[in-house]
Amino acid sequence: MGRASSLPLNLWDGATGNWVVSFGTQHFLIKRRGNVLELVLISTLNGVLYGLLLFLMASGLTLIFSMMGVLNFAHASFYMLGAFVGYQISKWAGFWPGLIFAPLIVGGVGMLVERFGLRNVHKNGHVAELLFTFGLAFVMEELVQIVWGKAPVDYRVPALLDFSAFTIFSTNYPAYKLFMLAISLAIFVGLFAMLTRTRVGLIVQAALTHPNMVAHLGHNVPLIFMLVFGVGAGLAAIAGVIAGPALVTQSTMAGLLGPILFVIVVVGGLGSLSGALVASLLIGLLQTFAISSNVSMADLFSFSGFAPQPNTILNDLWRVSVAQIAPILPYLLLVLMLIFRPTGLMGNRES
Amino acid sequence: MSDTTASNSRSGETIRANPRSSALRAAGPWLLSAAALVALPFIFRSDTYLTVMSLMGIAIVFALSYNMMLGQTGMLSFGHAVYYGLGAYFVVHGMNWAIATRAPIPLPLMPLVGGIAGLGFAVIFGWLSTKRSGTTFSMISLGLAELVGSSSLILRTFFGGEEGITTNRTKLLRLTDWSFGSQFQMYYLIAAWCLISAVVMYALTRTPFGRMCNAVRENPERAQFVGYNPQVVRYIAFCLSGFFAGIAGALAGINFELANANLFGAAQSGTVLLATFIGGIGTFVGPVLGAVLVSYLQVMLSDITEVWQLYFGLMFIAVVMFAPGGLAGLVQMHAPVVRAGVIGRLMPSYLMAIVPALLLLLGVVMLIEMTVQLAVKQSEGPAMKLFGIGFNANQPWPWLLMVVLLASAYALFRLVSPRLSAAWDSARVTAAERGIVI
Amino acid sequence: MSAPAALEIRGLKKSFGPAEIIRGVDLVVPKGERHAVIGPNGAGKSTLFNLISGLLVPTSGEVVLNGARISGRPAFEINRRGLSRSFQVTNIFPRMSVFENIRCGVLWSANQKYAFWRGVQSAAGVAERTEKVLDEIGLTDRREVLAGVLTYAEQRALEIGITVAGGAEVILLDEPTAGMSRHETDRAVGLIRRISEGRTLMIVEHDMGVVFGLADRISVLVYGEIVATGPPAEIRASAKVKEAYLGEEAHA
Repeated sequence: MGRASSLPLNLWDGATGNWVVSFGTQHFLIKRRGNVLELVLISTLNGVLYGLLLFLMASGLTLIFSMMGVLNFAHASFYMLGAFVGYQISKWAGFWPGLIFAPLIVGGVGMLVERFGLRNVHKNGHVAELLFTFGLAFVMEELVQIVWGKAPVDYRVPALLDFSAFTIFSTNYPAYKLFMLAISLAIFVGLFAMLTRTRVGLIVQAALTHPNMVAHLGHNVPLIFMLVFGVGAGLAAIAGVIAGPALVTQSTMAGLLGPILFVIVVVGGLGSLSGALVASLLIGLLQTFAISSNVSMADLFSFSGFAPQPNTILNDLWRVSVAQIAPILPYLLLVLMLIFRPTGLMGNRES
Repeated sequence: MSDTTASNSRSGETIRANPRSSALRAAGPWLLSAAALVALPFIFRSDTYLTVMSLMGIAIVFALSYNMMLGQTGMLSFGHAVYYGLGAYFVVHGMNWAIATRAPIPLPLMPLVGGIAGLGFAVIFGWLSTKRSGTTFSMISLGLAELVGSSSLILRTFFGGEEGITTNRTKLLRLTDWSFGSQFQMYYLIAAWCLISAVVMYALTRTPFGRMCNAVRENPERAQFVGYNPQVVRYIAFCLSGFFAGIAGALAGINFELANANLFGAAQSGTVLLATFIGGIGTFVGPVLGAVLVSYLQVMLSDITEVWQLYFGLMFIAVVMFAPGGLAGLVQMHAPVVRAGVIGRLMPSYLMAIVPALLLLLGVVMLIEMTVQLAVKQSEGPAMKLFGIGFNANQPWPWLLMVVLLASAYALFRLVSPRLSAAWDSARVTAAERGIVI
Repeated sequence: MSAPAALEIRGLKKSFGPAEIIRGVDLVVPKGERHAVIGPNGAGKSTLFNLISGLLVPTSGEVVLNGARISGRPAFEINRRGLSRSFQVTNIFPRMSVFENIRCGVLWSANQKYAFWRGVQSAAGVAERTEKVLDEIGLTDRREVLAGVLTYAEQRALEIGITVAGGAEVILLDEPTAGMSRHETDRAVGLIRRISEGRTLMIVEHDMGVVFGLADRISVLVYGEIVATGPPAEIRASAKVKEAYLGEEAHA
């Protein structure tokens, strides 16, 4: 299992040519050119994009949690699986079939997992369910490593979208990112419409506010559970397929993203879709802006002439740049939220 | 379901009957354990065994500390390695400080430094995370673990970056002529701390606080209406658990003479959860069994297969699905049948069930290993060896054999399982008739 | 009513969103009284108990226990001040033995608090008090059994045991005989009569035989308001109560 010593921040990498972000366990190097307005525009765009991608996953996680009471630890694993299946299909038949079929396949896998795994564990309570999905995440990472190896795979942006959509000052904004934005927005709007306009949506909403109600609705509960789990997995897979070519498609991607999803769900408020949306965008923007700033305390207070002793913790803190603390920002947000509003932004449910 | 719960009031009666014999009965298992810990290095003499047994001792303390939360208080943490890792770092820094300043602190006392560090951080993080319970608590534990993990990359002076920090355990003040340089001496240091920690953690389950931990696990609402604040109970459990995790981490730091970021990584948190659950969270000894088994498998399996973690994961899922009480739970399940003297009735169907179980195991191992050979070890070609038999993984017949194995395992299970459940029913009924509560 | 009040409820209101469930309840229960609350389903009886015991926070109004305001305080604090309750749906510690269940009820009041430095068996008086309660509820010979495998009636008795184990002066029982057979109900009433000796009791109950046999006074709660309070005979005779609620049940 990977640890979030780094984040999938290659989102800001490469194509723009403006930042060189070598992330990972190593130092990262950030060079910034261009002016402030450019930085703000591009970072906002990227932040919203990252936030919507996070929401694609967080919404599925929230749906599954609200309706089934299951916190799906393996949710990010379905995202990873989506990226790898999408990659495999793209190798055989191109990117577009992958975009369609990978989420369907992963959704199917999700339904099988629910039907033959989770459902049998259900009688042992929510802790057993959580542990089952924890084991599943563990196994899925290993399986992906066996089939596709540990190194990143070469998942390419489709040729059709491999051009620069527009240029702001000196930044060429890639068309593929606009495409990602469009897909995320489309699904977001679709989800919203489904929730507010359809019968299924009403049932889901009832479940969100009254978690114990579903069983009394007289519907085929096991079937609904299976579908919800499948749809949640499929949503995560869509995120994986469209993010795969832009980020690094690697077996560690689930372990890197999973904890951030949990932060989103806690910060947004457990079981609140709108809370998850706000938290997703907040974290997306926060990290994107942080990563593009290499200011440190040492820079800010350089006029003071203060310089801590080398090889002290104070010196570490003094010299660390904002970009370097980007990976821990979601968790700092979590801590702040727990101190000031333990139930989350929009939550009122305990557990 | 905890054996401590059941045995406690029973021994409560015997105290009135005969205090001396009951004291002996309470101390008996511990004296036996102590004797076994002393004797083991003379039975398993090689350095490899000493190393493995040392790892087991550390894992036992860690798993027991984890079960104070999961099994006793019902708190599922995904970030327990934080306190383990910090315990290791603080003990290594503490040792280096003691060496540098020639402070008169002998090595055997050093694990306390780790314990206090674990406790200190548990006091801070526990205050944050026990504000919520249940699933939210689990998510928060993961978030805080990520926070510490990521911070370690920034605070390089303290955490030593990629390489971590090293120490030398032989350079501290010596009270005897033991330098603890050899694994043999190190084993005894770990064994002593393991025994002390286990005794203290067991004693904790038998205090008013320990009882209320169980009550909060069972029914936090009801616990409020007998005057207890469940949040406070959880917080104290969290802190004490952090203390013993710190001790375990300190032992690891001393044993490896090294502290690095792996010690508080997600993998470490996952392993302790796996070990504890596989051993069984419902009893005090369960985590001990789990820690011993998992430490052993980690060493043994990693020698014979590249994908040992996959086997681990599958084993864990199997336990969650089919034996949620873990190994100890399986043993406990049979206790009434054994006491009723009807365990013999189960044996025939158990023996029969062994056949499909072995076939299933064989089939799954073949499936995994052949896939690994073709995918991961592509460069080595399809020739492979399994259980001493050489064959080519790209030929159809091994795959066919694998399918036949799995299919026959399935068919045989279908055949055996009605017999097995019938045997169980009859054994249970007889046990109940003989007045043994199941 | 010369005895001082054990429990005083003043202008108590509770709303869930737009729905006002408790619409202004005033009630004084003197020390030592057995007071029953009756009313049709959905009248708000359980909500009233939840407000008194601290499970819910009132929208307005206050609850005073022995002269001290307790409304808005957390449940565990109210319990420590001497008010204990049982629940409509059996609420025990299922995977702990009967003995442990009762002992958990004893510990706080025996001043054990969160002690993790001394054995639970060495605590003075705890074992004796636990034994005494076990004897009172008639479960002494079931002490080793896990609470979850007791029969329903035994579990209800156990819950009453947990409720009184801490020595609370004010006891709230929420439908203690619901779902019991005639015989079981008789035994439960005997138990309630014994344990409420020298205590103040508030009880929600649907079985009118139990209510009229047990209660010193009765309050009738209808749609979140108390429409009548008085001794059983008075309540039985009240035309207003008959109209609002009792109907043929009173004659059954």
